[in-house]
Amino acid sequence: MFPFCFEWVWDIGHAIFFGGFWYAISILGAGMTFCILKAAYDTMNDSGDSHH
Amino acid sequence: MDSALIPEGAKRCSFPKFTIGIAIVGAVLLWGVFAMFLCWFKGLNQTNMNDYYGFALWIWADLAVIAVGGGAFFTGLLRYIFKIDELKNIINFAVIIGFICYSSALLILAIDIGQPLRGWFIFWHANVHSMLTEVAFCLSAYFAVLTIEFIPNILENRQVNKVPFFHHLAHNMHGVMAVFAATGAFLSFFHQGSLGGVAGVMYGRPFAVREGLLIWPWTFFLFTWSAAAFGPCFTLLVTRITEAVTGKKLVKDNVIHLLAKISGWMIVTYIIAKIIDTIYWAMVTAPSLGFTLSHFYSNNGFYGYWILIAEIVVCGIVPGVLLVMKSTRENPTLRLVAIILGTIGVCLNRWVMVLQIMAVPVMSFDTWALYFPSWQEIATTILPVAYGIILIAVAYRYLPVFPQEQELNPVEPVTE
Amino acid sequence: MKQENNNAHKFGMVIDLDKCTGCGSCMVSCMSENNVPFKEDESNKKDSITWMSVYKLTNGKSFPDTEIAYLPRPCQHCGGKGDHGHSPCVSVCPAVATDYGYDTGIVSQIYTRCFGCRYCMGACPYHARYFNWWDPKWPEGMENYLSPNVSPRMRGVVEKCSFCYHRYQAARDVAYYEGRDDIEEHEYQTACTTACPSGAIVFGDLNNPAHKIHQIVKPDPHPDPRNKHVIGKSRNPKVFRLLERLGTNPKVYYLSEREWVRKQGDSYLDGEWDKIKNHHGTSSHG
Ligand code: SF4
Ligand code: SF4
Repeated sequence: MFPFCFEWVWDIGHAIFFGGFWYAISILGAGMTFCILKAAYDTMNDSGDSHH
Repeated sequence: MDSALIPEGAKRCSFPKFTIGIAIVGAVLLWGVFAMFLCWFKGLNQTNMNDYYGFALWIWADLAVIAVGGGAFFTGLLRYIFKIDELKNIINFAVIIGFICYSSALLILAIDIGQPLRGWFIFWHANVHSMLTEVAFCLSAYFAVLTIEFIPNILENRQVNKVPFFHHLAHNMHGVMAVFAATGAFLSFFHQGSLGGVAGVMYGRPFAVREGLLIWPWTFFLFTWSAAAFGPCFTLLVTRITEAVTGKKLVKDNVIHLLAKISGWMIVTYIIAKIIDTIYWAMVTAPSLGFTLSHFYSNNGFYGYWILIAEIVVCGIVPGVLLVMKSTRENPTLRLVAIILGTIGVCLNRWVMVLQIMAVPVMSFDTWALYFPSWQEIATTILPVAYGIILIAVAYRYLPVFPQEQELNPVEPVTE
Repeated sequence: MKQENNNAHKFGMVIDLDKCTGCGSCMVSCMSENNVPFKEDESNKKDSITWMSVYKLTNGKSFPDTEIAYLPRPCQHCGGKGDHGHSPCVSVCPAVATDYGYDTGIVSQIYTRCFGCRYCMGACPYHARYFNWWDPKWPEGMENYLSPNVSPRMRGVVEKCSFCYHRYQAARDVAYYEGRDDIEEHEYQTACTTACPSGAIVFGDLNNPAHKIHQIVKPDPHPDPRNKHVIGKSRNPKVFRLLERLGTNPKVYYLSEREWVRKQGDSYLDGEWDKIKNHHGTSSHG
């Protein structure tokens, strides 16, 4: 899973597989981080309107 | 009693009635939980699996729930990426069903492995060439996506939504949902596919093995396609059941018809591909290894040609045609028949691709092996069903799952 | 991918089915050599562990033409399609708990790594893999007879024949101690080979022309022209492998004078056997 696991090899198989995996995970992580931070920001700047 | 939690303008049954219902299903759930602990503490000798049936009822259940849970990713894809706006009226429910299916699949896997405490090895010591590794990674990641898709709906609960932070969080998550849905579709494509690959790469098993494209056997694509085709069938089926239980119309007919139509066309195209695959396998792949088709369907007490016909014709072509034709699609009874047949069809396909593979003898002096699950296996397989019913009941009661509910069921101003 | 090494060994076995009497000594010796656990009630053969298992073959004819043969089946240590080391089981294990030894050709099983998903069992067409459905239990006092060279296995993992790998390690240790580069043929023999009273099993290095197994099998290093996945087909007309057509490339060969026995190695469509039966490796035509 990580390059420091002893069975890790830097080959094309690992590059594609974990490339895809970490890419997807980063998108999810970044998306959620953005949502949470923005929600915190919105809460602090709440002007009382709760439109959608 | 809990009326403060119930969505505004929605009518729900009384709390005691709800509690009794949950308690009944909860008893079944506890039975499954008991069996689960038996398996964990005493080991897999609690099952009727054996060295011929290393993969058995659980793996089938896993494949089946993931296939029928495919409605979530496919509906999400249509709703957020292809911008089919009507589907917003059923997407919440599709997500909840997907969430139940995938959490069940992960739970079943956790019971199924011989050393559950070592389950993380599949991630940590990943063999990237194994289809099962791909399944584990994409499945877990996609489960995270489903959780993310489910959260906004939870946050829309009347009380939770009063908290400004949660209100904003739900709003923001809706805003970027397309990104999550796209990631989910990507992950789903690969894990649905690699579940098919699990069978297709077993070149020691002539019943399973398929040729393919690069590293992916044809079963990879067939599984993805069938999940996208039959998943919506299951979503429609559960919606129909929920409507029957609640005695209310929850989703407008045009939405149902649309999803049924898409599902129908997916089924028809899938079944054509499946027929081609089956013919090629029966005429070319298997004979090249010395096996005739009849070898796989005779000389045993259960697996006959009937299963092939049931899967492809009765539960494939028939629902496909019923859903494609406008007149039958818009007839509630025939539509119900079609979605039930479709759901059975995809489950049957997964059964064949797990259990029949194990049953067929490969060495010429070997024998067929049939198997019947133990009660512990059955209880742990029913466990997710009970869990699903409870989760749906709770979600329906407290969350605004169906946006069209109020419009379709206006509450009379009189209170009882 | 790892490069195949030219000095690599390729340990294999050839079993003479005409000599095998079905006595089961190989099974017994294997179990005691490798600390294989057993159940109190062994009547259900589908969940008991037998790394070496003897199958009974018959020609299917009725008396007085009935003939019987016994076929001992260890793990075949498959080289996989094209003999590249992608054995059916190794290629599917998600946690690299079973691995192909490019220096020996032996398929290993790492008990502490296996988490019991049993995918490998589904992938192996020879039923050579066994799951530990129970924790091992030995009758009082019998633990004293366990081999200290082989780790016992816990419940929930898969195990299978290792070609007595610990014997290979021991032989190598001796050779190293004596300053030799390599081991002799007789120094590394599996338990079943040494136990067989009729001498039906021959074990050795398929890559070494001096070894008896090489002389019997005469493996063809070139791909079979009829099936490019098959490497190492025997050039001896009496020798065959199990399910050779699937391309698993086993390192266990079988020898029999009887045609009906050889025919049971694979499945054949009608009439196919008569066309194929005299085809033995490429060079036999040359
Ligand atoms: S016989 Fe089975 S367990 Fe042994 S190497 Fe071949 S596939 Fe693997
Ligand atoms: S049961 Fe063990 S050896 Fe077999 S595939 Fe699973 S982890 Fe690998």
